[in-house]
Amino acid sequence: MSHLLDRLNFLARKNVGTFANGHGLTTNENRDWEEAYRKRWQHDKIVRSTHGVNCTGSCSWKIYVKGGIVTWETQQTDYPRTRPDLPNHEPRGCARGASYSWYMYSANRVKYPLIRSRLVKLWREARVMRTPVAAWQSIVEDEKKRASYTKVRGHGGFVRAGWDEVNEIIAAANAYTAKTYGPDRVIGFSPIPAMSMVSYAAGSRYLSLMGGVCMSFYDWYCDLPPASPMTWGEQTDVPESADWYNAGFLMLWGSNVPQTRTPDAHFYTEARYKGAKSVVVSPDYSEAAKFADLWLHPKQGTDAALAMALGHVILREFHLDRQAEYFADYCRKYSDMPMLVRLVEQDGAYVPERLLRASEIAGTLGEKNNPDWKTLAIDEKTKKIIAPLGSVGYRWGDKGKWNLEEKDGRGDDVSLLLSLIGKKDHDKIAQVAFPYFGNREHDHFEGTDHESVLERSVPARKVTLKDGEALVATVFDLFCANYGLDRGIGSKNVAKEFTENVPYTPAWAEKITGVPADQIIAVAREFAKNAETTKGRSMVILGAGLNHWYHMDMNYRGIINMLVMCGCVGKSGGGWSHYVGQEKLRPQTGWQPLAFGLDWSRPPRHMNSTSFFYAHTDQWRYETLKVDEILSPTAPKGEWDATLIDYNIRAERMGWLPSAPQLQTNPLDIAKAAKKAGKEPKDYVVEGLKSGDLKMSCSDPDNPVNWPRNLFVWRSNLLGSSGKGHEYFLKHLLGTTHGVMGKDLGDEGRQRSKEAEWHDEAPEGKLDLLVTLDFRMSTTCVYSDIVLPTATWYEKNDLNTSDMHPFIHPLSSAADPAWESRSDWDIFKGLAKTFSEIAPEVLGVEQDIVLVPILHDTPGEIAQPFDVKDWKSGETDPVPGKTMPNIAVVERDYPNLYKKFTALGPLLDKLGNGGKGIGWDTKPEIAALGELSGLVTEEGVAKGRPKIETDIDASEVVLMLAPETNGEVAVKAWQALEKATGRKHAHLALPKEDEKIRFRDLVAQPRKIISSPIWSGIESEKVCYNAGYTNVHELIPWRTLTGRQQLYQDHLWMRAFGEAFCLYRPPIDTKSINPVIEEKSKGRKSVVLNFITPHQKWGIHSTYSDNLMMLTLNRGGPVVWLSETDAKKAGIVDNDWVEAYNSNGALVARAVVSQRMKDGTIFMYHAQEKIVNTPGSETTGHRGGIHNSVTRAITKPTHMIGGYAQQSYGFNYYGTVGSNRDEFVIVRKMDKVDWLERPYSPKMEAAQ
Amino acid sequence: MAEFFNNVLFGIYPYVALSVLVFGSIIRYDRDPYTWKAGSSQLLRRRQLMWGSVMFHVGVLTIFFGHLVGLLAPLWVWEMVGLSHGAKQMVAIVMGGIAGVIAIIGASLLIHRRFFDARVRANSTFADNAIILILWLQIALGLATIRVSLQHPGGEVMVQFVNWAQGIFTFNPEAASQIADVDPIYKAHITLGLTIFILFPFTRLVHMLSAPIRYIWRPGYQIVRTKRQTLEPKRD
Repeated sequence: MSHLLDRLNFLARKNVGTFANGHGLTTNENRDWEEAYRKRWQHDKIVRSTHGVNCTGSCSWKIYVKGGIVTWETQQTDYPRTRPDLPNHEPRGCARGASYSWYMYSANRVKYPLIRSRLVKLWREARVMRTPVAAWQSIVEDEKKRASYTKVRGHGGFVRAGWDEVNEIIAAANAYTAKTYGPDRVIGFSPIPAMSMVSYAAGSRYLSLMGGVCMSFYDWYCDLPPASPMTWGEQTDVPESADWYNAGFLMLWGSNVPQTRTPDAHFYTEARYKGAKSVVVSPDYSEAAKFADLWLHPKQGTDAALAMALGHVILREFHLDRQAEYFADYCRKYSDMPMLVRLVEQDGAYVPERLLRASEIAGTLGEKNNPDWKTLAIDEKTKKIIAPLGSVGYRWGDKGKWNLEEKDGRGDDVSLLLSLIGKKDHDKIAQVAFPYFGNREHDHFEGTDHESVLERSVPARKVTLKDGEALVATVFDLFCANYGLDRGIGSKNVAKEFTENVPYTPAWAEKITGVPADQIIAVAREFAKNAETTKGRSMVILGAGLNHWYHMDMNYRGIINMLVMCGCVGKSGGGWSHYVGQEKLRPQTGWQPLAFGLDWSRPPRHMNSTSFFYAHTDQWRYETLKVDEILSPTAPKGEWDATLIDYNIRAERMGWLPSAPQLQTNPLDIAKAAKKAGKEPKDYVVEGLKSGDLKMSCSDPDNPVNWPRNLFVWRSNLLGSSGKGHEYFLKHLLGTTHGVMGKDLGDEGRQRSKEAEWHDEAPEGKLDLLVTLDFRMSTTCVYSDIVLPTATWYEKNDLNTSDMHPFIHPLSSAADPAWESRSDWDIFKGLAKTFSEIAPEVLGVEQDIVLVPILHDTPGEIAQPFDVKDWKSGETDPVPGKTMPNIAVVERDYPNLYKKFTALGPLLDKLGNGGKGIGWDTKPEIAALGELSGLVTEEGVAKGRPKIETDIDASEVVLMLAPETNGEVAVKAWQALEKATGRKHAHLALPKEDEKIRFRDLVAQPRKIISSPIWSGIESEKVCYNAGYTNVHELIPWRTLTGRQQLYQDHLWMRAFGEAFCLYRPPIDTKSINPVIEEKSKGRKSVVLNFITPHQKWGIHSTYSDNLMMLTLNRGGPVVWLSETDAKKAGIVDNDWVEAYNSNGALVARAVVSQRMKDGTIFMYHAQEKIVNTPGSETTGHRGGIHNSVTRAITKPTHMIGGYAQQSYGFNYYGTVGSNRDEFVIVRKMDKVDWLERPYSPKMEAAQ
Repeated sequence: MAEFFNNVLFGIYPYVALSVLVFGSIIRYDRDPYTWKAGSSQLLRRRQLMWGSVMFHVGVLTIFFGHLVGLLAPLWVWEMVGLSHGAKQMVAIVMGGIAGVIAIIGASLLIHRRFFDARVRANSTFADNAIILILWLQIALGLATIRVSLQHPGGEVMVQFVNWAQGIFTFNPEAASQIADVDPIYKAHITLGLTIFILFPFTRLVHMLSAPIRYIWRPGYQIVRTKRQTLEPKRD
């Protein structure tokens, strides 16, 4: 009754017994206090949601709500069951996800719209006498006023503002920018739609209806493995984690499954219990290493050398000394190995040129349609050259011939010849030159002293072509020669024994990687033996650890080669398991119309972020990597000398890569000018570009008319996480204080630039307005001009999918958005409304000229079959869609933007829906949506169209239109594909034809998606989702030039840069540690280390690193990891504050000194916020720095190739990638830790 | 009028203060058991705490028990022991003086720490800040009385306080008149002391009542509570 009375009641006996010889005591005192703990776990309701944080886990969670407040979360356990003999998906979840609800009511929550006080003062002052757009104009056109708020970005000074006011400012800025410079100067960056599809679509729909630009992310994050589109014509498609269980031999290579795929790691454990053998390849003793039977720890960045040596052993023992029948059969049917390659003479030897095409043979083998794009092989029986089905030439224009049946274009049965090694099969043993890069000097990587050009013998056959005789060889024979295998035809530079030091034997690899040759041989044998016995159940799980190197393609292709040699791709329990972010947007084709406004106008504007940021943060002005350092010694003759940005400009000009901004002239003015001149806009643009009257923006990124002016960042921490070259962002894009210590190239840059306009003074502060939407005050928010408070993941309705499991499940609202926050959908809807009200001040119905690159999976993807011709040099004419970008005229109805935003437009009825090269009619789904969500009754453009008012309406659009969530659409989609392949596929979806998944169904329970031709795996009761499954089992070609897995890349630029075949390339020298930088260490003890940024245990992918719960588990702030040896060299002990720096900038962190680390490397786990426990840097004088303060993006020309079947642009599919692992830093202990707890600068007045 | 105020302050106010102290503490103990704590900030910062806290507590406890015994022990006890009032006062002045100095140094350190250590300051409530200032003032007032006390070394004023205090506890309505004529500095000290009684249940001072003394003679190392009475499962 009363605690006190109980306490004071000395009459009743409290101690009722003793135990343990009187050391223990039993009491019967009051236990009411326990109620407090019981109440702690009482709740009013449980709501299903998840964490939209680019986490492949994509776990469904129970959110507990008490009194309208979210109190905690636990894992959902109701995933649909798997079949017998396969473990279930649950438990799924991790400590990071379980700590998320902390954010909702934490001090770090953004509660109100925030704006820089200087900006809002200017605005209010200007707005007294002016209309909104005029007010914005008066601010940004006054250099002094503009600088007053842009120069203090990142230095505090936020004040609260109301929604109406910030919406007006943003809308006015957008309208002003569209009117003055063009809508393509309004940029939006938001990543990973799969993590919250509707929230992504909200912003992208707003931008797309306006003509603004949506930026890519997968390539920028360097999660995109370019090797995947090169080999398979697919962005990324991988097995679900349950399929690991089906593997017999599991390699983990640069992927740390227990740490970064925590909810899926149980399948790895279970596979081990089942008896799978596992090898882990990781330079450090990672958490995954403990699962391994064998842990290989190569020198970081030399993985391609290891893969090449493994491939060498497999080829020797399973293809040459003994031909494993399963492997031969697989390679013949599913790889380009039988295809014929032209050999041309160059410098006294032959070099492999492009794949032979039907058009080169007299009569084109009877092929009339696209003979330029039909690759050739030799039939085993007749020994005749034939054009096997499946190549890209059959995909477009032919009907029913695009499949992998063993037939040629005439319909005859064929069996392709893999090798010409048979005495009767070849006419000549050709000496073929292969480039070798392993001899390049590098301060930190071992090389060997082999020649730069290695000549090897290859059996070749003479063929008679239209233009004379030519020599050809099969990809397989060249492939074996490339691996340095002696085939008994008297070759130099090849090995018979594994012990010879010849690239790429195990003995050679031991020198480069440090992995003992006998271990390499053992792993290769077991990998292949398992694959042979189980028909392909050898799997490699790989990830960012390999993909973030500049030459990531080599690491990846080396592994892909192994998998293809052993017939593992497309086989359950086998294949290529690349896991990075949550890129798998399963209902993609349902989502695209919503996200990019394709229901109202097409095409949308997309941009590849790496090229964009490389240009617009002016990282190109500091480029130290010269093309001759990466060019092949066997490069065909040509003008290869240019800077990396020059290559990018050429690629944009030829329609290979997208552009943003696109043209130096405002695209809204061009159509008017064309009309005035009495020309078609398309012709007007072509002529203008040819004559030079019109210029593409890419050639002059520093010209003020080409600056990006407004940037939206939502669902992203661009500046605190993914912004490679962080300090360059601060300096050039934002114009605030920065830590860039290197100088730009100056005169040297001017001389070297062939295409790019060089300005002596680089611009600082290109952006007029940076708007960030977030629920937490991230590093990006801190640098923004306006911060908008969004709903958290437990306060909105949305959709979520992943590549790790086959389910789609929702985010749903457990509580209303707290304080003044709103869901992303409501924020952009509100913005659209204000914009529509304000825009008529300067904009009406406008004609917008949009440049579109040559896109993959469209008939245009076969643009230039042979040479690369650049219209600018006059070699060819500018032909839109062939030698330059396509040109489209799009109507923008600015005053009606809001009406369009909130209704599903009529273009879908007219053009249908589709994706990946197939299309279908979707009128029934539009009608169903109208019945489900209601029709717009208001007069205007949207009258009678289905409504999209709420985030749930938007979710229903996605679910209704996508084949993965609507069985009827899936059947239609398969039937559409049947027309191209001439085979039956609809059986894969027919059993689910009546299944239509609604949002409320997902709230009840996660649902398994329906098999669709958009993906290469299937959902079935018999197999797990596995990439390439339908290619192998349904004989649907891969979307490549040959239609097969393409191991030989024959594009001119691929050959020029030495990557036609996979080989080992050491990391590049970024030259960011130079004498000027070394001077800064002033004789203090320091050590130079390779800077590696893996994913951490205490944040990212499931939560951010400023989460107090997670900070408590680690060291409460930024840390770097280094080995005991390296720490000793620099006099560093554990927990010391250290500084790491190079010419790109500096960062500070505490040192974790660990035996786990490999000497010579330093880890800084990705995305540790600058806003928590970060002192100032001694070298830059500014606060800390983040992991990207010492990096700089460096682009690679081979990623810019376009208009060439699989090497064609697709949003987030192909393009330059933001690699960052080749970087080195100087690490030293800090003398003085300065927390900079004083007003920000003596020179500048303190931020208000 | 002076007599009236004297009666209010030293005749009625003590009962108000003691009532709030007793009932306030009971109510808090029963209603808000989770707020019953010392509120230590040792986790936030050790610096200064050891010196400040130990000196403060040693000094204050000495003074507290000195006051308790000095004021409430019946006069005959001293006669029995044979300690004259003058000698007793001198013991009180010396012991109390030393303890007072130690306590005020400790309190000063704690004040400095509480107001100038950013972490501690950020975690302090108004009550935390106010109570340490009040305690410092009270010790200062106590020390200030020494000078006055030295002017009457015979201990007669001290006897007045003993009679007053014991009068309060024996419900003597005349108690207040015992100290009507003492120096105002004593009156200030007493008034503030009674005020501290009032503040007691509302601040961290309640931890005085939970000093873990019993821990010293605890009977067992492992304490197990008996199971709650539950219905036996039916067996048939």
